[in-house]
Amino acid sequence: MLLISARTMTISVCLAVLSGLAACGGENAAPGADDAQPPQPVVVYSARAEQLIKPIFDAYTSETGVPIQYTTDSEQPLIQKLLAEGQTTPADLLLTVDAGNLWYAAEQGALRPVYSEALEANIPAHLRDPDNHWFGLSVRARTIVYDTRSVDPEELTDYAGLADEKWRGKLCLRTSEKVYNQSLVAMLIAQLGEQTAERIVRGWVANLATDVFANDTQLLEAIAAGQCAVGIVNTYYFGRLQKDNPEIPIGVFWPSAETGGVHVNVSGAGVTRHADNAEGAQALLTWMSSPKAQNLFGGENMEYPANQAVAPHPLVAAWGPFEASPMNVAQAGAYQADAVKLMDRAGYR
Amino acid sequence: MPGGGTTRTAVKPRTVRNGYGLSPLVLAVAFVASLPLLVVILSFLGGAGDVWPHLARYVLPQALSNTLWLATGVAIGTTLIGVSLAWFVAACEFPGRRFFSWAMLLPMAMPGYVLGFAFAALFEYTGPLQGGWRLLFGSSEHFPDIGARGAAILTLTLTLYPYVYLIVREAFASQGIRGLEVARSAGFRPLQGFVRVTLPMARPWIVAGVSLAVMESLADFGTVKLFNYQTFTTAIYRAWYGLFSLQSALQLSLVLVVLVLVALILERRLRGRARYNDPGTARHSRRITLSAGRAWSVSLFCGAILFVAFGLPAGLIVKWSIENFALEFDSGYWRLITNSLMLAGFAAMFITGVAMLLGFTVRRSPGIANRSLARVATLGYAIPGAVLAVGFFVPVAWLSRGLNDVIVGNDGTVIALQSGLTVIFLAYLARFLAVAHGPVESALQRIRPSVEEAARGMGVSGLRLLGRVHLPILRPAILTATLLVFVDLMKELPITLMTRPFGWDTLAVRVFQLTTEGEWERAAMPAVAIVIAGLLPVILLTRRRY
Amino acid sequence: MLTLTDVSFRYGDDVILDAVSLTLERGQIGCILGPSGSGKTTLLRCIAGFEPVCGGEIQAGSNKLSSPQHQVPPEQRRIGMVFQDYALLPHLSTLKNVGFGLRGMSSAEKRSRALHFLQKVGLENLAERYPHELSGGQQQRVAIARAMAPEPDLLLMDEPYSNLDLALRQSLGQEMRALLKSLGATALIATHDHHDAFAMADVTGVLNHGRLLQWDTAYRLYHRPADRFVAEFVGKGVWLPGRIATGQSVEIETGIASGSMIADWPVGTPVDVLLRPDDVVHDDDSTLTAEVVNKQFKGSEFLYELRLPSGARLLSSVPSHHNHSVGESIGIRLETDHVVVFRRESGESRGKFP
Repeated sequence: MLLISARTMTISVCLAVLSGLAACGGENAAPGADDAQPPQPVVVYSARAEQLIKPIFDAYTSETGVPIQYTTDSEQPLIQKLLAEGQTTPADLLLTVDAGNLWYAAEQGALRPVYSEALEANIPAHLRDPDNHWFGLSVRARTIVYDTRSVDPEELTDYAGLADEKWRGKLCLRTSEKVYNQSLVAMLIAQLGEQTAERIVRGWVANLATDVFANDTQLLEAIAAGQCAVGIVNTYYFGRLQKDNPEIPIGVFWPSAETGGVHVNVSGAGVTRHADNAEGAQALLTWMSSPKAQNLFGGENMEYPANQAVAPHPLVAAWGPFEASPMNVAQAGAYQADAVKLMDRAGYR
Repeated sequence: MPGGGTTRTAVKPRTVRNGYGLSPLVLAVAFVASLPLLVVILSFLGGAGDVWPHLARYVLPQALSNTLWLATGVAIGTTLIGVSLAWFVAACEFPGRRFFSWAMLLPMAMPGYVLGFAFAALFEYTGPLQGGWRLLFGSSEHFPDIGARGAAILTLTLTLYPYVYLIVREAFASQGIRGLEVARSAGFRPLQGFVRVTLPMARPWIVAGVSLAVMESLADFGTVKLFNYQTFTTAIYRAWYGLFSLQSALQLSLVLVVLVLVALILERRLRGRARYNDPGTARHSRRITLSAGRAWSVSLFCGAILFVAFGLPAGLIVKWSIENFALEFDSGYWRLITNSLMLAGFAAMFITGVAMLLGFTVRRSPGIANRSLARVATLGYAIPGAVLAVGFFVPVAWLSRGLNDVIVGNDGTVIALQSGLTVIFLAYLARFLAVAHGPVESALQRIRPSVEEAARGMGVSGLRLLGRVHLPILRPAILTATLLVFVDLMKELPITLMTRPFGWDTLAVRVFQLTTEGEWERAAMPAVAIVIAGLLPVILLTRRRY
Repeated sequence: MLTLTDVSFRYGDDVILDAVSLTLERGQIGCILGPSGSGKTTLLRCIAGFEPVCGGEIQAGSNKLSSPQHQVPPEQRRIGMVFQDYALLPHLSTLKNVGFGLRGMSSAEKRSRALHFLQKVGLENLAERYPHELSGGQQQRVAIARAMAPEPDLLLMDEPYSNLDLALRQSLGQEMRALLKSLGATALIATHDHHDAFAMADVTGVLNHGRLLQWDTAYRLYHRPADRFVAEFVGKGVWLPGRIATGQSVEIETGIASGSMIADWPVGTPVDVLLRPDDVVHDDDSTLTAEVVNKQFKGSEFLYELRLPSGARLLSSVPSHHNHSVGESIGIRLETDHVVVFRRESGESRGKFP
C-alpha cells in the first residue's frame, strides 16, 4: 500500500508542478489601458511569423488598449489544431499565409463570414473570399525574373512563354513542394484549363537548366551567377536581395493583363467559427486592412499592401506597376490539389 | 494518464513474472505513446480517397527508393563514424582523447538546418568552392557533385552520429578490451578481432543507436527539404499540405511505421538466443597504446569530423549572429532560454523516468504482450514531427472537448487537458520515448539476472529493487538517455509549436519563425543559443566520466 | 619450451614483476602460486603478449617473444589463454566459441575440430547452448576447449578455479591435469591456492610482491622451502625457536628434532624450526604431552591445536579414531624426516600460521 501511494503521489506532484509551470508561463499580452473594465483580449492563431506580426499587434494594443494573445505554427498544423479544438478553441482570429490555406480553412468550416463595409472597401474583391470568410491583407506577386546581361525583356511574354523551346536549358524553377508554385499552377489551370496548363508545365520541365531549387533566394543567386537566364520568384525575395546588393544583374518582368496578368497570392485572416471574442477579432481584422496598418503589414516584408490606397515600399515601387490577374485568389485553393497532381504527372519535382 | 496503472505491479512483483505479461503500466505508457499511431490507424476507416492512386503512381516509387537510400546511407554513415569514434575514445589512448570524448557530442546540438545550410552555401553553384573551380577551370562541369542524395546523407550522418557514438561508447567502456584480447590470443590481428568480437558484442548498442539515427532521418523534413531530396516524409507533407489530405498523410505515416517495425523485428530475430551480458569484468584491461603515428591519425580523424560537423557550421552561425546581434537581441531572449531549458530539462527527466519504468517492467514480466506494446510505444519516433503532433493533438482535443461538455458545459472557459504543460509533456513522451528507451533497454540487458535474484533473495524487490540495484548500475545509461532526449527537445519544433501554452515560446520556436521567412542569418542567433544552452549541461555531465 | 629471464614489469612507479626467471619444458604443467596482488596475472599477460616487459626477456623455444625492445604481437605467439572470468563470447554458441580461433580450414573441418575438443572436455551434447545457458564448471571447460582447439604451443590459465565452488575445484584439479596431459599440452597456471597447484602441477613457483621466490616441485616447496614466505604459503605449520644441535638436528623445546636438513650454521646458532602438522605424531606412550586447546574434524583425521607446557603452540594431524576432547592432555612425538630451519634474525620467533 505504501508503494501505491508513494508512486501515485509522485505522479500527482509531477503533474501539479507541470500545471504550475504553465501558470507562471506568462502572457504575450501588452498591458491594457487604464479603463475601469479592461477590454477582452483577442486571441490570434498565426502562421505568419512573429517578427512580422508583433509590430502590428503592438501598434494595435497601444492604439486601442486591446491586448492580443497569439501563438504561431505552420499553416496546416495550425488549421488542424483549430479544427480539433472545435468549440473549445481559444482562437478568435486565424492569420495565415497563402490563399490555398485560407480557402481550406473556410472549406473545413473553421471560419465564420464577416460582413463589414470597411473591410469590403479596403480589400479588393479578388483578394478576399467570395463568401466573406477571409480577407487578404498583403499581396505577394509571383513573377518572372531574368538575367539583365543576357536576356532582352522583349523576349518575355508570360508564364506560358517560359515553356517555349528557346528557353531550353535556361530556366530555373523552385521545387513544386512550395505552395507558391502550386497556386501558380492552380491559377494556370483556372485560367487555361488543365490540358493547356499541363502542356506548359511539361515545357518548363523540359527547359530546366538544373535541378529545381529549394528556395527562391537560391534561384535568384543562380541567375546572378549565370547558371540560368530566367526564373519565377516571389518579388519580396528579390527585394531583400536587392536591398543588400543594389547592383544585382536581375530584372523583374511583369506579364501584361492581355496574357492574364501577374499571379498573386495573399496572406490574410478570418474570424474563427467558435470565436469567443468575434467582435474584437473583427475589429482587429478591420484595423489591419486600414491604410495605417497596411503600411506596417507589407512593408517590413517587402510585400504589396492589399489595400490599393496604400503605396508599397519605395524599393518595391521602383519595379513599376503591374496588373494582377483578375481571378479571385480563392481559385488557387480550389485547384491546388489538381495542380499538385498535374505537376507530379509532368515530372515537376 | 499513466499514473493510475502503475501501482499494482509494484505491490505484487512476483505474481506477474511468468504470466502472459500485460502490465498496466506498460499498457498506459503504450497507450499514451501510441495515441498518434491509433489516430493514424483510424485514418484508414475513412477510406483512401482518390489521393492514393495518384501518390502510388507518381510519388511513392521515387519516395520509397530515395528513403531507402537515405536510411541505408545514414545507417552505414553513423555506424562507421559513431562506432569508430566510440572505440577510439573508450579503448585507445591518443592525444586529445579527453577533449574529444565530450567534444564529439557537439554536433548533436547543431540544428540540422544549420549544417545543411552551411554545406549548401559552400557547395552550391554560387558558393565559394564552385566559384573557385570555375575561376580555375572555366566551367563547373567537372566539379565533384555529391548531389541531393549525397548531401542529405552526409548532413544527416554528421548530425546524427552522436546517437551511435554516445550509446556505443557506453558499451565499449564497460566491455573493455577483454573481447579483443580473447581474439588476439586466438590468433586474430587487432582489426580482425575488432570485427569478429568487439563489434558483435556491442551489437544491441549499435542497433539501438543506429535505429535512433535512422528513425530520426526517416522523420526528418528540414534537411531533405533544404536539399530538395524527395523522401517518404516529403511525400507525406505533399499529401497533406499540397493535396490537403491529412488522411493520406496519416496513412503514409503508417506505412513508414510498419516498415520500421518490420526492420526492428527482423533484427531481433537475427539476434536469436544470443545474449550480450558482458563477458566478465574487465579488471586488467587498460586502454590500447597506439604508436605515435596511429595515435595522431586518430586525433586527426576526430578533429576532421568535429571541424566539418561542428566547427564549420558553428563558425558560420557565430558570424551571422554577430552580424545580426543588434537586430535580434532583446531582453525577451532570457525568457526564451529559460523556457527552452525548463521544458527540455523537466521533459527529459520525465521521459527517461517513464522509459526506466517501462524497461524495468518489461524485463520483469517479459510476456509477448508487454514486449510488443513497449516496442509499439517507441515507434512514434519515426513519424514526421508535424504529423505526430496532429496525431497526438486531435484525440487529446477531442477528449478535452468531451470533458468540457461534461464538466463546464459549453461556455468554453475551462479547457481541462489543453491548459498547462500536461499535453506538451505527454506529446513529447509519444515522440521521444524511443530515444530514452534505447540506451536504457540495452543497459538493462547487461544486468545479469543473478544480480536481481540475489537482491530479491535479500528481500529487496519492487521499487526498492529499482532504486537500490538498477538505478546505480544503470546510472550512465540513464544519463545518456536524459542527455539525448534533452538535446533533442531543445531542437524540437512541431510538437512545441502545436501544444505549447501561450507564452511558452522557445529558442527553437524563434528559429522556426525566422527560417520560415527565409531569414537564415537572423535565425543564427537563437540557433547559437540552442547550441550553447543545450550543450552546457551535456559538457558538464559527460566530461568527468571518460 | 618457455624461458623467462629476469622479466620485469612496472606500472607507473609500481614494480609489478621483479626479475622473474623460470623455465617450463614441453609437456610440463607449471603453476604460479601467489596471493592476490602478487603479480600472477600480469606475469601471464606478459607471456601472452598483452603487456610489454620493461626488462628481461621471454622466449618460446628459440623464438624471442618479448624484450624491452621487441614485442611479438599476441596473435603471433601461438599461446592460448583461459581468462579468469573465462571471457566466453556471449553472442556465440558453445561450438562457435570453441571454433573461434580455428582458421584456414573449411567450416565443416572447423566444426568437426571444435566438436572434437568439446568431446575432450565432455560437453559435446551442449554444442548449441549459449554461454549464459551453461554452469560455471561447463563454462570453464568451454574456455579450455577454446584455448586448446588451435593447438597452441603453450596454454595459460588465470585462476581457472576462482569462480568455482570448493567441491568442484577439488574434483576438477585432477581431471584437469589428466585432460591437459592427454592433450599433450604445455601449460602455465596461475592460482592462489596451493591445493590446486599440488593437484595439477609438475613444477610450481611461488610469487610474492612480483618476485618469484622458488621454482620447484611441489614436494620440495613443501619440504625444502627456500624462503619463510614459501614455507608459510604452501601449508600449515608452526615456528618454534631452537638451536642448531648437530649438522642433522636442532634442539627445540620438545627435544631434539632430526632429519635431513640444509643448514651449515655453527652449533648453537639460534634458528626457527618449522613443524608441520604431520611432523607431530600422536603417541599415547610418549612422555611428552601437550594440552588440546582446539580441534578440527577433517574426515579421516583431526587437526589438533596443542599447547606445550611453555605455552608454545603446535599443530598435529591425528587419525580420526583418536578422538580427544579439548582440555585433555595427549602424548606426542616428533617425526621429522625433513627439518625446515631458518636462521632467526631478531626478536621472538613467529608462531602459528594457517
